[in-house]
Amino acid sequence: MNGDVNLEDHTSSEIERQTMEVDIACAGFGPATGGFLTTLTRAWSENPADPAFESQVAPGMPLQVVCYERADDLGAGVSGVVTQARGIRASFPDLNVAEIPMAVEVSREQVFYLLDPVGASRRSLLLRLGDRALRLVGSMLNVRDHAFRLPWTPAFLHKNGGLVLSIGQFNQWVGTQLMSSGFAQIWPGTPATAPLFANGAVTGLRLADQGVDKGGKPADGFMAGMDVHAQLTVVGDGPFGAIGQALDHELGMPSGHAKNEWAMGMKMVIELPADAVGPDSPLQPGAVWHTFGYPEPEIFGFLYVHPDRLVSVGIFVPSWLGDPSRTVYRYLQHYIQHPAFWKYLKDGTLRSWGAKSLDESGRHGEPFLVGDGFARIGEGSGSTNMLAGSGVDEAWTTGVQLAESVIELLRARQPFTREDLAATYERRRRESWIERNARAAENARNGFHGGFVRGLVGMALAGLTAGRLSLKAEIPPTHKQIRPIPLRNTEYLKQHEAAMLAVEDGRPLHDALMSARGWPEIPFDGRLLISQQDALLMGGKVQAMPGFADHVVFRNAGLCIGCDEKTCIAMCSGQALTLGPEGVPTFEREKCVHCGGCMWNCANSPDGLHSNLEFRAGSGGLHSVEN
Amino acid sequence: MNLHIVVCAGLVPDPLQTLEPVVGPNGPGLKNEMLLPAVLDPWAASALYEAANLAAKNPGCKVWLVSLGPKAKLQQVMMTIAQKVSFELVPIDGPIGGFSDAQATATVIAGAIATIAGLDRAKLLLFGGWESATRGAGVTLQIIGERLGITDQFMGVDQIAMRDDGSFEVLERVEGGRHQVSICEGAPAVLGWATGNLPEPRNNPQVGMANMRTIMPALQKARPTTIAANGLSYVSVNLPSQQRTTRVVKDMAADDIAREVVEWIGAEK
Repeated sequence: MNGDVNLEDHTSSEIERQTMEVDIACAGFGPATGGFLTTLTRAWSENPADPAFESQVAPGMPLQVVCYERADDLGAGVSGVVTQARGIRASFPDLNVAEIPMAVEVSREQVFYLLDPVGASRRSLLLRLGDRALRLVGSMLNVRDHAFRLPWTPAFLHKNGGLVLSIGQFNQWVGTQLMSSGFAQIWPGTPATAPLFANGAVTGLRLADQGVDKGGKPADGFMAGMDVHAQLTVVGDGPFGAIGQALDHELGMPSGHAKNEWAMGMKMVIELPADAVGPDSPLQPGAVWHTFGYPEPEIFGFLYVHPDRLVSVGIFVPSWLGDPSRTVYRYLQHYIQHPAFWKYLKDGTLRSWGAKSLDESGRHGEPFLVGDGFARIGEGSGSTNMLAGSGVDEAWTTGVQLAESVIELLRARQPFTREDLAATYERRRRESWIERNARAAENARNGFHGGFVRGLVGMALAGLTAGRLSLKAEIPPTHKQIRPIPLRNTEYLKQHEAAMLAVEDGRPLHDALMSARGWPEIPFDGRLLISQQDALLMGGKVQAMPGFADHVVFRNAGLCIGCDEKTCIAMCSGQALTLGPEGVPTFEREKCVHCGGCMWNCANSPDGLHSNLEFRAGSGGLHSVEN
Repeated sequence: MNLHIVVCAGLVPDPLQTLEPVVGPNGPGLKNEMLLPAVLDPWAASALYEAANLAAKNPGCKVWLVSLGPKAKLQQVMMTIAQKVSFELVPIDGPIGGFSDAQATATVIAGAIATIAGLDRAKLLLFGGWESATRGAGVTLQIIGERLGITDQFMGVDQIAMRDDGSFEVLERVEGGRHQVSICEGAPAVLGWATGNLPEPRNNPQVGMANMRTIMPALQKARPTTIAANGLSYVSVNLPSQQRTTRVVKDMAADDIAREVVEWIGAEK
C-alpha cells in the first residue's frame, strides 16, 4: 500500500517467465466460455480433418485451445439460476434435463411483495401507508403470512419453458462433456492475472505467480506465472475478472459507458425434510418465486425449487441502496425467516451457500467487445439483462456467437483483428435477441436511483413498453452511491457507536450494525441459522491454495484511515475484511469467496473514478458445487 | 537408478463437501455421490508427489498413476493433478465407493498393473496411500502388493532416501509420534504413504499440456470394469457424531489455542 494511485499492471516484467504458445486462450470458465467451447468443439468433432482446425502453433495437431479458471473446481460457481434457457436449448436441442443434477423445468412462477413482519425495515412514508392499506384489506387480496402475491407475473420476468439450475452442476456437466472430446483443455485452480499486450494487440494471458508472500514477493517454492501466447484471447472472466478489468483500464470504455450498477447476490441451498414437500405443497420442483419489499424495500429476492427437496433462496443487495452500513448475510438470514418462507424452510438444513457480485449495468456498462487479438463474452461484456433478471442464457449465447464467428474466420483464413471480429462476432450479437433485449432493459432500473417506488414505476414502464419508455437518471460512480454517515443524525450515531463497541467485543461489524438498528437477533440452530463463519465452512467450503498473493489490495491507506463508512467491511460476503489497526481493513484471503463486492463497496476514490480497493486475480474461493 | 514407480491412487468425494451416508439397493453409499466433485485420495496424492520427487532426483525413473473410477470423474480429477507432476495414466473405468470389497478392488488393480507395457518388476516400487479418506478397509494396497508377489511392505511412510547401491531407507510412522527406520535391500517393494514432507506442487501449465497428450487417449481407451461383491454386506453405517463450536479470535498464540482445545476435549464426556 502507498499513498499514490497505481493502476498499472502490477505483475513484474523483470522476472524471467516461461512461455507457451497456443491458438486460443480463454480466461474464465462459466456459461459464456462453456457456450464458446461447446460450439467450437462440436464443429471440430463433426470434421476433425477440417484444415480450418489445424493448429498454427503445433503443426499436425488440432487447434490448441486452453481455458484457465481461477476456482478450484469447474463446479465451484454460484448464481441463483432460473433461465429461459433459450440459447442453452438451442445448443442442446435433445437436452434431457434429468442428466444435469439439480436441474428441473420451470413449472410455476409467482411474484410476492413482502411486508415487514418485524418492524425494522426502513420504509418511506408512502410505502408504510401502502403496507398499512394492504394489511387492512389483506383478507380480500392474496395477503397471507405478511406477503402479497401479485395476481400475475409480469411478462418481462417470465421464464416459461425455462430451467431452474445449479450453476455449479451445470458448469460441471458442460465441462465434463467438453473434456471428454480432448479438444479443449480446461485448467481449474489457475488464475490468469493480466493480458499480454504487444503493439496495441492482446497477445495472450499471464498466469498468476505462485510461491509468493501476501504482498506478491517471491517466497518458498516461487514459480513465476507463465506467459501463454495466443492468436485469440477469449475474455469470459465475469464482471470483475482481472483480465476484463485490465482491458477496461488499458483501452478505456466506450464513450458514456461505465460499470456503476452492481448488486450482491447471496444465496443458500437448503434441503427440506421429507415431510415438508407433500403433494399439496407449493414447493414442487420447478416452482419459482420472485420477491421484493423485504428485508429492505430495495432488496429483491428469490426462491427456486430443485428436485430432491432442494431449494435455492437468495437476495440481491444493490449499489443504489445507499446506506453506508448495508450488508448481505444477516439480511439473508432475516429473509429466510420471513413467515411466507419460514413455514416451509424452518426445519431445513443448509447444504450450500455462496455470493457473487452481479454487473447490473447492462448496455450502460458494455465495454469494447472486440479488439486486435481478443473478444469479450459473458457478464463482463455487459450481457446480463436486469429487466428480466437473466444472465446465464445471455452469457451462453454470447459464447456461442463468438465461436460461430471464430469458425467463420478460421475457415476464411482471416486473422483475429478488431475489424474481423467486429464484422463477425459483434455483428452477430447486435443482430440477435441479446441486443434487442439489452436495449429494452437498458434504462429499466434508472428510476431506483431516485427511490424505490420511482424505481418500480420505471421498471414497469420499461418492461411493459419493451424499453421504449423509461425514466432517466444520472448514475454516479459507485463510491458516490454510498451516502456518507449522517454526522448530525444523533440516533444513527448512537447506533453506530453501539455497533463499534460490539465489534470491540468480537462481534462482526455488519451483525452489530443490524442489531443496533433493531433487527432481532438470529436464533442460531447449528443447522440452517448459523454464523457467517460457519456458513463459510459448512456452506461454501471456502479455501485458498497457499503461495498466492493477496488479491484484495487497498490503493491509498490514508483514504481507509479517514473512512467512517467502512462499507467494504460490512458488505464483505465472507468476513474476509475486518477492522484492522489504525483504520486500514485487514484482508484474509482464505475466507474470501471472490464475490468482488469489496470493489464496488468502497466509499472513497483516489481519483474520482476508481475504487480505493483493487480486486485482482487470486486463488481459491467457493468450493461447493451445489450452488 | 531407473526405478519404475507405480502409484495406486483412488478417487474420493472431496472431503470438504457435505457428505451424508445413505443405504441404497446396492448397499451403503453417499447421498448424491455422482454430483459431488472428486479428488485424488489425499495420502495417495502425497504418494504421487513423492514418486515425482524421486523421479526428478533419479533420472531414468518412470512414474505411472493407476486409478480406478468412473471415466468422467477420472477426467475431472486429472485436470487438477495433471498440472502438478508428470506421469503416465493407467485408468480403470469402474465404480468408486468406500464400501467395495478390498480383495475384489485389489484384484482389478493388480491385474491392470501386471499388464503395464514395459514394467520391470525388478525395479518396481509400488506406492499408494496408507489410509484412505473414503470408508476404505485400509488393506487394499497391501493386497495389491501380495497379489503381485511383493513381500517387502512399508506402511505409514513419510520419507524414502535412495542409496547408491539400490537399497533405500524408509521412515514409517509408529506410536508416540515417532518413526521407525528401516533399510530395504531394494525393489520391488510396497510403500503406503502417510503425508510425507513435501508441499503440494505448483500448477504448471506446461506439465499439464504435456500430460494431456497421453492422459486423454488413455482415458478414451479405458474399458469398463466391475468390482465383485464377494458376499460382502454391511450391518449398519453411521457418521461419526460431530459438535461444532466456532469462536473467532485474533492474535492468540498457537500454544494458547492448543491448550484451550485440549481443555475442551478433556471436559467433553
